[in-house]
Amino acid sequence: MSAATGINLSARRTSTSPAITEPWPVRLLLIGIALAFLTLFLFIPLATVFHQALAKGLATYLASLREPDALAAVRLTLVAAAISVPLNVVFGVSAAWAIAKFEFPGKNLLTTMIDLPFAVSPVVAGLIFVLLFGLQGVLGPWLREHDIKIIFAVPGIVLATVFVTFPFVARELIPLMQEQGTDEEEAAVSLGANGLQTLWRVTLPNVKWGLMYGVILCNARAMGEFGAVSVVSGHIRGETNTLPLHVEILYNEYNFAAAFAAASVLTLLALLTLVIKSFLEWRIQRQFAEAARMLQGDAA
Amino acid sequence: MSLRLRQHSVLPGFGLTLGITLLYLALIVLIPLSGVAIKTFELTWQDFVANLTSPRVIASFRITFVVAGLAALINAIFGLTTAWVLERYAFPGKRIIDAFVDLPFALPTAVAGIALTAIYAPNGLIGKHLDAIGIKAAYSPLGILIALTFIGLPFVVRTVQPVIADLDAEIEEAAASLGATRFHTFRRVLLPALWPALLTGVALSFARALGEYGSVVFISGNMPMKTEIVPLLIVTKLEQYDYAGATALALVMLGASFILLLVINVLQWWARQRHA
Repeated sequence: MSAATGINLSARRTSTSPAITEPWPVRLLLIGIALAFLTLFLFIPLATVFHQALAKGLATYLASLREPDALAAVRLTLVAAAISVPLNVVFGVSAAWAIAKFEFPGKNLLTTMIDLPFAVSPVVAGLIFVLLFGLQGVLGPWLREHDIKIIFAVPGIVLATVFVTFPFVARELIPLMQEQGTDEEEAAVSLGANGLQTLWRVTLPNVKWGLMYGVILCNARAMGEFGAVSVVSGHIRGETNTLPLHVEILYNEYNFAAAFAAASVLTLLALLTLVIKSFLEWRIQRQFAEAARMLQGDAA
Repeated sequence: MSLRLRQHSVLPGFGLTLGITLLYLALIVLIPLSGVAIKTFELTWQDFVANLTSPRVIASFRITFVVAGLAALINAIFGLTTAWVLERYAFPGKRIIDAFVDLPFALPTAVAGIALTAIYAPNGLIGKHLDAIGIKAAYSPLGILIALTFIGLPFVVRTVQPVIADLDAEIEEAAASLGATRFHTFRRVLLPALWPALLTGVALSFARALGEYGSVVFISGNMPMKTEIVPLLIVTKLEQYDYAGATALALVMLGASFILLLVINVLQWWARQRHA
């Protein structure tokens, strides 16, 4: 699924030659259709979140965000993201180093396996941890004997979050590091750098924008995950509720203003993610354009 | 000479990084997934079949697959149009609109769910107009379709867009100079070049829609036999401690995921061949 979330490296172009563009009424019609589609499915829902959140006034809005259960939900969401993002960064860098810098049998299979969590339904992702660690689960009796609680507790929420965000960093880094080859790293090693120095001084600076791109997408999903977390959480208020689950509880209690207030926080996070993502795409494109210019300069 | 796992390289760290990768993959993904298989072996074949052939389960599979397919189709048509417009035409605000296409990736599904429900409920902004002409949007299969279209929206746009950007203008000029109309050029020259990417995008959006839960539970109304999707039925069975039933359903969904992952890999390989 790399193409969908991957970074678009190709340069943009707007054709002007009349032979290879459409007559203006067709162009206008197509632009109209696209904008109507996006308005219906993106802009109206976006505006609705804030409209509903502020429907009962700013005071209600702020009060519902200061409520202890809301704050506990924010805290748990931050904890889940703070654990899963660094774990997936370490994994992503390791996987990208092994896959992009070396040739070995089974590499394509490994790359496909890394994508697996994206193909699995979030509900099934939650279910597998219930089947493993739940009371009826494979390890359930042993966990009970040792008084360890994973399902309907914070560890389950963290595990489910790690699972659904598993591929994000690796899949951004692998194509980027493959593209950059091994020349610079080989030069560093032959000049006496050790592995960690090479990674820290040569490889990571080259892929830092791509790494941040993976991190920002990973973080957005970690903070926003609903299905997988919902299955393992048990919905204990103030204890195992993340912010998206808090939204659900308030909504099901017909407390719409508070539900949309919590949703608006998540929406602001999504908008911030889009802004950072656009900035990183711009940086990555610039980096590639500079590299291409330098190559051309070498050839001349 | 000993058998080498990898081709020779001067770079260090192969064993360590591959070790971390495989260990982490096994702990987080492979071992938990195999738990589903272990649990399924505890079922007898009769139980397994009985769990999957109850009318409620069959109805949920039908609604899930049909509506996910329709959503992927809608996204194919409008996603292709959107990608074309964003890549080929100039109009004010284009770059901001382009960035917004990824909103369904960034917005938590629960937020999308309650926002769409508020819009399409009988008293909502659009729902009240649909209600006036007798169309029920939220709490009906149409509501599921709206939610699944939303969450699958970026896939077709983002797979097709780079291919449109890389299309060689000279081929289109050649077609035009040989007397092809613009429509002809699109059908005979451009569309064949876009097919692999378009199909990849459709498969991705279908795969995503099949497993979707968060946005659908709010808008669908969750009526058994009518608007109950498979992921919701899995959750319902879990809440009733029917682990066998939930596991059987999950196994079928996992099978569908694996097949789709395979199809998507083949499509991407095809797209790369086309591109090269």
